Amino acid sequence: MDISSLLRFLLRRIIKSVLVVIAIVICNFLLIHAAPGDPATVMAGQSGSADPQFMAQLRHQFGLDLPLYEQLWIYLKGVLTLDLGFSHRMQVSVASLLLDRLPATLLLTGTSFVIAIVGGVTLGALAARRVGHWSDSAITVVALAFYATPLFWVGLMLVLLFSVKLEWLPSFGMSDPGSNLHGIALAWDICQHLVLPSLTLGLFYLAVYARLTRATMLEVLSQDFVKTARAKGVPESRVISVHVLRNALLPVITFAGIQAGQLIGGSILVETVFAWPGIGRLAFEALLARDYQVLMGVFFCTSVVVVIFNLLTDLLYAVVDPRVEVST
Amino acid sequence: MHPNPWLLTRRHLLATAGAAPLLLSASAARAQGITPRRGGVLNIILNPEPPLLQIGVNNQTPTLICGTKMTQGLLKFSPTLEPLPELAKSWTISPDGLGYVFSLQDNVKWHDGQPFTADDVIFSVMTFNKEIAPRLRGVLAGIAECTAPDPHTVRFVLKQAFQPFLLCFDATAIPMVAKHVYDGTDFRTNPANSHPIGTGPFRFVEWQRGNFVRMERFPDYWKPGEPYLDGILWRVIPDGQSRRLAVETGQVQMSTATDIEPFDVPALRSAPNLDVTTKGWEYFSPLFWFEPNHRVPLFADKRVRRAMSMALDRNFIVQRLWFGLGKAATGPVSSTTRFYDPNAKLPTLDLAAATNLLDEAGLKPNAQGIRGSFKHLIPPYGEIWNRMGEYFRQAMAKIGFEVTLESTDAGTWASRVANWDYETTSNVLYQYGDPTLGVERSYVTSNIQKILFTNTSGYSNPKVDELFAAARLGATVEARQKAFNEVQELLVEDMPLLWVVEVAYPTITDKHLHNVIQLGTGDHACFDDVFLSA
Repeated sequence: MDISSLLRFLLRRIIKSVLVVIAIVICNFLLIHAAPGDPATVMAGQSGSADPQFMAQLRHQFGLDLPLYEQLWIYLKGVLTLDLGFSHRMQVSVASLLLDRLPATLLLTGTSFVIAIVGGVTLGALAARRVGHWSDSAITVVALAFYATPLFWVGLMLVLLFSVKLEWLPSFGMSDPGSNLHGIALAWDICQHLVLPSLTLGLFYLAVYARLTRATMLEVLSQDFVKTARAKGVPESRVISVHVLRNALLPVITFAGIQAGQLIGGSILVETVFAWPGIGRLAFEALLARDYQVLMGVFFCTSVVVVIFNLLTDLLYAVVDPRVEVST
Repeated sequence: MHPNPWLLTRRHLLATAGAAPLLLSASAARAQGITPRRGGVLNIILNPEPPLLQIGVNNQTPTLICGTKMTQGLLKFSPTLEPLPELAKSWTISPDGLGYVFSLQDNVKWHDGQPFTADDVIFSVMTFNKEIAPRLRGVLAGIAECTAPDPHTVRFVLKQAFQPFLLCFDATAIPMVAKHVYDGTDFRTNPANSHPIGTGPFRFVEWQRGNFVRMERFPDYWKPGEPYLDGILWRVIPDGQSRRLAVETGQVQMSTATDIEPFDVPALRSAPNLDVTTKGWEYFSPLFWFEPNHRVPLFADKRVRRAMSMALDRNFIVQRLWFGLGKAATGPVSSTTRFYDPNAKLPTLDLAAATNLLDEAGLKPNAQGIRGSFKHLIPPYGEIWNRMGEYFRQAMAKIGFEVTLESTDAGTWASRVANWDYETTSNVLYQYGDPTLGVERSYVTSNIQKILFTNTSGYSNPKVDELFAAARLGATVEARQKAFNEVQELLVEDMPLLWVVEVAYPTITDKHLHNVIQLGTGDHACFDDVFLSA
C-alpha cells in the first residue's frame, strides 16, 4: 500500500469521524434532556426543602431557563472550541473533573486490559494446543465460569476472600489517604489497591479472549496451510506462533478494539463496588443528579476514543494480516 | 409532672441557658470514665458524595454531617431539644417574645485567622441565609431588626413573637459563615463552597473527588485543648455492601445516617468491635409515610385513606423491615418533636374494619375480590424503599387493592412527585424540632405547590390551615400546644398521609470512638470532644 492512498484513507476517515462525533453530541444532548427531571429538581429532592424562588435561582444559575435550542447551541459552540462546559452542581469545570478522574480510570482499565489480553490469549492458545486434554477442559470451564458470572458478584467474592478472610488486600479505594505515603511506598500502596478491581474487571474479558483464541486457533489448525507447514518440517512452536496464532488473532483484535474504546469510560460496576474514583462512577452519579454537562463531557470523550480505536483497529488488521488492505 | 416535656416556659428556656455548661460536662463525663485521649485520625464514610461542602449552599444530609465539623451555629440542641451554647455562650429572650440577645464566645477565629464577630452573625442571618435558605425564608422575613450593640453581642427584634426562633440557630439550619469570605460575592458560586472557611474544630485540607475529603485539627479552635482528634478522613464508598464491609473490617470507624441498609444492621449490632445506636435524630425526627395523591378520585375519600392506614401493620414494619431502627408512628408529629400529642392516635390495625369502611365508601370487591387498583412510585434511595413498596403492595392486597409498583431514578422521582404526577409514593421528611418548622408544610393549603417537600398530596382543610396558623403565631407554649393538639387530632381523623415509621437511622461506631452521639442532632455535632481511645 502506498503512502498517498493511506493518507487519503486517513483523511476521509477523520472527516467522517468528526461528523459522527458531532452527531453523537447532538443525540446525547437531546436524549439527556428528554429524561424527566432536571438538576434543580434533583438538588431540591436531596436538600429536603425548596421554594419557588430557590428553584428559579437554581435554574437560572444552571442556564436551564434558556430555550433548549439555545442551550444546545451554547454547548456545541463550547465543544467545538474544546470547552466541555461547567458542572454548576459541583462548581468545577467539566474538563478538570474529567482530568482528575482520568488517571485512576486509565490505571484500572489499562491494567485489566493487559491482564485480559495477555492472560486470555495465552490460556486460549494453551487450550487449543492441548485440545481434549484435562488442562483444556479446565481452562474452558474456568473461562466459561468467568464469562457467565456477574461482575459485581465476582468483585464481592474476591473482597470476601482476600480482604475479609485472608486480610491480604484492601477492599476499597485507590490508596490509603490516612498513611500519607509518597514515592515508591505510594506506588506499592496503589498496586495493592489495584489488584482486586483490575482482576474483577479483567476476568470477564480474559474469558472472552481465551474462548475466542481457542476457537479460532482450532479452526486455523485444521486448515491446509498448517498441514503443509508441518509437512515441510517447520518446528511446532513456530507453526503455532507464526502460522496459527497470527491468523487466529483477527477476531481477538476486533474485540480488543471494542474493549479499548471503553478504556476511558471506566466501569460503573467495578468502580462502585471498589470505591475506585474513576470516570464510570462520575458519569453514573452525573446521570442520577442530571448533571447534564458532566454527563455529556464523559459521553463526548468516550465517543472520541471509540472512534479513534475503530480507526486504529482497521489499521492494525492490515499490519497483522497483510491480505487485508485499507481502503475507503 | 406534665406528660409533655415540651411545655417549657420562657423562664425555663432562660434557666436552661444558664445550666447548659453543666449539661455539657455531664455528657462529656458519660464517656464511661475514660479520659479523653488526644490524637488519631477518624475515618468516616461519606455517602453519597456531596457536590459542595458548605452548609447552607448545599443541604444534603452528607453535606450537613461533614460540613458541621467545619461550620458551626450559634446554638446546638440536646436530645430533648433544649438549646445549648455553641458560638453563642448565652442568650436572653424579652418577656414579650420579640427580643432575642445573643452573647458570643470570646476568641473565636475563622480558619483563615480572622476574628469571628457580631458582624459575621448579622451577615450570616440577614444576608447569606436570607438569600439561600428556602426553608427559613419565612422565619427570617419575620426579623424586624438585627443589630450589634458591641462586637460580641447580637440583638434580634421580631415583628411577631415566634416561639421556634431559637431552634433555627443550629448549624444545620442557620450556619455561621465568614462575612469577609462571602460578602459581595455570588454565594452559590463562591469557591469557598468546596473548601469552607468556618469556626469549627476541624479545617478543610483536601478533597479528591470520588475518593476522600481530608480535615485536620484547627489549632486556634476556641475551646482550649479541643478537638482531641488530629483529623477526620471522609471516605467516599458508593456501594452499600462495600460500606458494610468497610465498617466490619475496621477500615472506617464510623458510619452515619443511611450508609448501612437496615437489613445489615442486626449483623453489625452483634459484631464485637462495634457500637450501634439510633439516638441522635430527635432534632430532625424523620417521619416515613405513604403518600396518596388526593387528586386521584380514589384517595379523595377519607374513608379510603383510613382503610388503607388500618391495613398497615406498623409494628411488623418497624421490626421486620427497618430492623428496629425507629418506632411505629402514631400521627403526623413524631414523639420526639415538640408539641407531640400522645392522645391523637391512629386507628389500630384492623382488616375487617378497613374492608367495612371501603364497602361504606362504595368500593365493592369484584369477582376476583378486587376493589380498585393504583400505582405506587418507589423512591430510588435504597433497598429499604423497595421493601417498603413491596410491603405496601401486599398490605393493600389484603383489603382488595391491586398495587402496581413503579421503579424510577432520583431525577424522575423528584420531578414526578413535584409535578403531582403519581398515584401513591412514599417519603421521609424532617420535622426540625417544632411542627411549625417541619410538619405544617405538608398539610396547609397555602403550601400546595409544584415543588418537592411542599404539600404535594394536595390535602386541604380550612380548619387545619387555621390551626397551624394559630400555632405558628401563638405567643405562649400553652396556646400553641392547644392548637397543635387540635390539629393532630384532626389530621389523624382526616388521614391525608399514611404515617408509618418514626425513623431513627443507625450510627455505627468502633468501640474505641467516644462522645459521638450526645446531641439531638447526633452525628451533625461538631465533634470537638470526640476522641479515639487507645
